[in-house]
Amino acid sequence: MLGIDDPLIWSAYLLCLLSTVLCVVYGALNWNKGESKE
Amino acid sequence: MMGLGTIITVLLYLLFVGYLGYRGYRDTKTAADYMVAGRDIHPFVMALSYGATFISTSAIVGFGGVAGMFGMSLLWLTVCNIFAGIFIAFVFFGGPTRKMGHHLDAHTFPELIGRRFDSTFVQVYSGALIFLFIPLYAAAVLIGGTAFISSQFGINYNVALLFFSIIIAAYVIMGGLKGVMYTDALQGAIMFVGMLILLVVSYTKVGGVVEGHRQLTELSKTPSLFGGIGFQGWTSMPKFGWGDPKYDLWWIVVSTIVLGVGIGVLAQPQLAVRFMTVKSKKELNRAVLMGGIFILVMTGVAFTVGSLSNVYFMKTETITGTVMGEDKAMVIAKRERNVNPRPANADPSKPHDPDTKALPAIVMDLDTTGDGNADTYIISGSFVDKVTPLLPKAEITPAGYKVGDSVTVRPRSNAYMRALIKLPDGRYECMTSRIIPLFIRSAMPSWFGLLFLLTLLSAAMSTLSSQFHALGTSIGRDVFEQLGHTKGKIDTVRVTRIGIVVGILLAVIISYLNPGTGFIIARATAIFFGLCASVFLPTFLAALFWKRATQAGVIASMIVGTFITIFWLVLVKSAEASALGVVFKITGGKASILAGHGNWHVVDPLIVALPISALVLVVVSLLTKPLAKEHVDYCYGGPKVEQ
Repeated sequence: MLGIDDPLIWSAYLLCLLSTVLCVVYGALNWNKGESKE
Repeated sequence: MMGLGTIITVLLYLLFVGYLGYRGYRDTKTAADYMVAGRDIHPFVMALSYGATFISTSAIVGFGGVAGMFGMSLLWLTVCNIFAGIFIAFVFFGGPTRKMGHHLDAHTFPELIGRRFDSTFVQVYSGALIFLFIPLYAAAVLIGGTAFISSQFGINYNVALLFFSIIIAAYVIMGGLKGVMYTDALQGAIMFVGMLILLVVSYTKVGGVVEGHRQLTELSKTPSLFGGIGFQGWTSMPKFGWGDPKYDLWWIVVSTIVLGVGIGVLAQPQLAVRFMTVKSKKELNRAVLMGGIFILVMTGVAFTVGSLSNVYFMKTETITGTVMGEDKAMVIAKRERNVNPRPANADPSKPHDPDTKALPAIVMDLDTTGDGNADTYIISGSFVDKVTPLLPKAEITPAGYKVGDSVTVRPRSNAYMRALIKLPDGRYECMTSRIIPLFIRSAMPSWFGLLFLLTLLSAAMSTLSSQFHALGTSIGRDVFEQLGHTKGKIDTVRVTRIGIVVGILLAVIISYLNPGTGFIIARATAIFFGLCASVFLPTFLAALFWKRATQAGVIASMIVGTFITIFWLVLVKSAEASALGVVFKITGGKASILAGHGNWHVVDPLIVALPISALVLVVVSLLTKPLAKEHVDYCYGGPKVEQ
């Protein structure tokens, strides 16, 4: 996979990308969700 | 020395940093502005600031170089950084921290946990611990940044140290956290662009993503210096097991690098305070998006490029230059205090360096710039048969060259052996911290060198500014103001500024006294991260999520976490224990009291101290009287308790 034989390494490579996608999707879906006052 | 264009670009960068520091100063009206940026920071500024503070030169050059040596197993740290350091931290820790911090009017991380557990001791102890250990961590970054500036601009180390410190001190002292975060955002943006270009060009150089990885896998079949500790190639995990030195590398990579740094980041005081700088959970949600991408492009790129540099150095790199000399020499492959004690039967008249392990090699000195000085050192072979398979064999044309001839060299070396420096005593040394800069100088277009210079300056400055700010607030707000009972008598901002000056002076003095990468300084980042995780993480989690946690529970947990971590670093973990030196007196020369017992001597203190510290917190809390219900309710957003 991806030119890498060791599944523990290519899975780390893919998990880096998937974790980033998770952050992007979470941020986008909750863009206007979340009240902040005297 | 640098060209005029480079100097002008760097000056423009510093002017822009100065302007943003001034903006921070201008926008600072209250103590909350100075210490938590007015709790009203834009989410992207917050995300860039969090990321740029977390990523220092040691993450890019230091850990990138380690990836050049040990390969892509370090990508598990990137997974940890993104999933735990960004997603878990922002989504699960960020909201409660922001809300509780705002509700309790906490301006610092120690103040947050101190007020949550209604304990001055917790606040003062945390502040004192930060004040004692951040100067070491700051000195590690400061020495790296100063050495880099000194070599790039050809100026004296001490002048560079003074110049670098004064610039950062000016905008931290005047602009407070607003000045720090505004400049962080600029520096984070520069780092982002620099690393993104580095990734694209690196993959292009090695033939693309899959082809680059395939070539790296193929290279892994050659014998390695690190085979004895479990190295199996740059695209493989090290050998896993227990009880034999051939499993050491697995425990170094997984316990110290992946977990030590990956989990340690969750309880860094200078990062946790960032959650208190935004006004609502909405800003944190938006910051997650930017934070995830930023960390991927920082550590993911550094570790991937560090590994791929082996393909470039082995297969592609070609150097032309004038031969300045070629001779038998010793190449230092490992430097650790007392790593190579003098054998009992050795000839006492022969010089012996107990702090290094070296290999016999034939090394060629090359002048590649035409200024008459050797600037590149290539291993062209070995004169000891046993070592020959482990060393590169450079291809040099034309054959029959002699000193003064112009030659073309293909080093055919792995990254670690290629990153050689020459020491004043005539020996050579492999330096992991030179792998990434060397790759950039050799493989990247020349204009990128300037962008990378700004990237590293930004990485060092953004981390240092937050370290200095955390130092000032810990000694000013958390220790002096609490112990001196000056609250309301002396202005908090003034006390904090004095604290920042004291902290900067401490870091500068340490950096002045240790111009090289001293043994202890080299371990400072790992020491600070390990300590934060074991001492602060259980308490931080309990503060946010466990109402039954008691004052006695967190105090016991913090003290136990501190002592186990320090015990482990001083006596068990050989890299730090040998640097500190106490262990040699106890063991009679061994670097760990558990040397020869399994792989304990390479296991990070976090693996032992964090579970025990967490267990102590739970057990002691269940055995002691809970905090008043009214106080706990108040911490979680209820009405204030009348005294």
